[in-house]
Amino acid sequence: MNIIQSFYEALESVSSNKMRSGLTILGIVIGVAAVIAMVSVGRGAQNTITGSIQGIGTNLLFVFRGGSEDVRNPKPITLGDGDAIADPFQAPSVADVAPMLQGDGIVSYAGENHYTSIIGVTPSYGPVRNTTVSEGEFIREEHILGQASVVLLGPEVAKKLFNRTEGLVDETVRIEGQPFRVLGVLESKGGSAFSNQDDRILVPFSTAQTRLLRRATRDRVDLLMVQAVSAQAVPQASEEVAQILRTRHRTEVGADDFTVLTQQDFLDTAQTITGVLTVFLGGIAAISLLVGGIGIMNIMLVSVTERTREIGLRKALGARKIDILVQFLTESSVLSLIGGIVGIMLGWLISFIVGRIAAANEADITPAIGVDTILLATLFSTAVGLFFGLYPANRAANLEPVEALRYE
Amino acid sequence: MDNWVIEAENLTKVYKMGEVEVHALRGLSLRISRGEVAAIMGPSGSGKSTLMNMIGCLDQPTSGEYILDGERVSNLKDDQLATIRNRKVGFVFQSFNLLPRATALANVELPLRYAGIQRGRKERARAALELVGLADRIHHRPNELSGGQQQRVAIARALVNNPAIILADEPTGNLDSKSGEEIMQLLLGLNQEHGTTLVIVTHDPVVASRTPRIIQIMDGVVVEQDTGNRSQ
Repeated sequence: MNIIQSFYEALESVSSNKMRSGLTILGIVIGVAAVIAMVSVGRGAQNTITGSIQGIGTNLLFVFRGGSEDVRNPKPITLGDGDAIADPFQAPSVADVAPMLQGDGIVSYAGENHYTSIIGVTPSYGPVRNTTVSEGEFIREEHILGQASVVLLGPEVAKKLFNRTEGLVDETVRIEGQPFRVLGVLESKGGSAFSNQDDRILVPFSTAQTRLLRRATRDRVDLLMVQAVSAQAVPQASEEVAQILRTRHRTEVGADDFTVLTQQDFLDTAQTITGVLTVFLGGIAAISLLVGGIGIMNIMLVSVTERTREIGLRKALGARKIDILVQFLTESSVLSLIGGIVGIMLGWLISFIVGRIAAANEADITPAIGVDTILLATLFSTAVGLFFGLYPANRAANLEPVEALRYE
Repeated sequence: MDNWVIEAENLTKVYKMGEVEVHALRGLSLRISRGEVAAIMGPSGSGKSTLMNMIGCLDQPTSGEYILDGERVSNLKDDQLATIRNRKVGFVFQSFNLLPRATALANVELPLRYAGIQRGRKERARAALELVGLADRIHHRPNELSGGQQQRVAIARALVNNPAIILADEPTGNLDSKSGEEIMQLLLGLNQEHGTTLVIVTHDPVVASRTPRIIQIMDGVVVEQDTGNRSQ
């Protein structure tokens, strides 16, 4: 018996009981579609997250308060710490330092209110975060010295308040009720899944410190962004920053009251989390594929019982064990193969729709359907068909011809 | 001596039904020569079906020697038995046993497929169907054929591999008397024209009376052989 013929015969047998075969196939379809949709959406989320982290810049370090838990009296990061780190003699691998204060508040203009994040920055913020203005000018040193009431609007904030992003310089907006002169509008950076870089406003650090985002001690800093001289110098810079802060905070060895994170740390963490998420989702989906496989086994067992006489006859006519085995295995593989093909298409469709829904909600998740995913799903579903078909087929092949012929 | 198709020597068959041992055959010996027509008769429980299974190589005897067409069968494995059945035995069943979804042609082709024959299958199957007078029905499915026609397809299927014997188990049992008579004529005609050895298992005396030799089975042994006008 050649393969094409037994394939054709299996197809005929499968189609002779359309309802039953259809339902069995549906089990596999759902399983395969779920695996593909879950894995591709998971991958899409992973790509988006790692993409947005990479967008921050490869040679950045983040320094913030808090470290190991057994520090008795942790000190905050201060502007003085920032100045020390910026000193090229103490930290030759550091190119620039941008201290930041972060908070939320209401910006309003002509009765239009918008709740957004407020960031107090120094002029270094521009080069360090690669942030530029589309009109007006960036915050300068004299704004810091004079605690000037000036603000840079993110394009999204500008759109919300003015319905435009141009011609806004010297307009006056109110932040938490206080009047601020618009100094410029930030260049659009695009949103990411978790933080919209366009929906924020920048004010001079000193202004934020004294009037908007007051902290317990005067020169406290929420976050220091440190730019290393190059991507290769990041580990070196990290070490220098840590040394400076240990000295300044007089902490004991091994008990830092601060944390230095590099972009790679974020990337690693994010990838671990999303990777686990993808595997988890895929695993749950695989369970439904397993259930589908059990459906195949069930239906094949019924089929073997139903066709006991036919098996007996085939054996009487000279079918060997392998012939019967191949016949039933082909049948179960055809079921799972059809299920696999339809499932791939359905999974594709689902992830496409999920992508669209995400896009409509301004979360930029593009589902990534890899060839490996499709290959894996196809292989897996065929393997499921073979595996769960093996027991019924083996049962059929081992029927005694005498018994089988006598079966009613 | 060399012209025996079936040589069974001292066959026994013991079934285990739970604790009880059932002796279906008790040292049965039987010889059928090439080109012979024989009927095997016996009441139910006589071991008739068991003997048929032995002759048709569907089952193995517990002890004894069975040689079919010069091949020792008693010690073969399952798959080797399948090959022997395929080449040497043509089965005709009471309930026809055709594949319901396959056409007459495909049904007749089936033994050739299991024989691993790739070329000329259709031609051979068609020739067999012509031989049983169904040349105009080759693309019909079993449910489009009458009982007599279905049995003719089954006979064509039995013939197609040129087997050493045709083993018919109550071939007329599911047919009305007219179709049954036609089938008997067909089988006997095949024997006369082509010299096919024919073994018919039946309990119908009318059927048995059409054959030159009647083998009576009782309690697992041959009790009487009416060889008619032939001498053993």
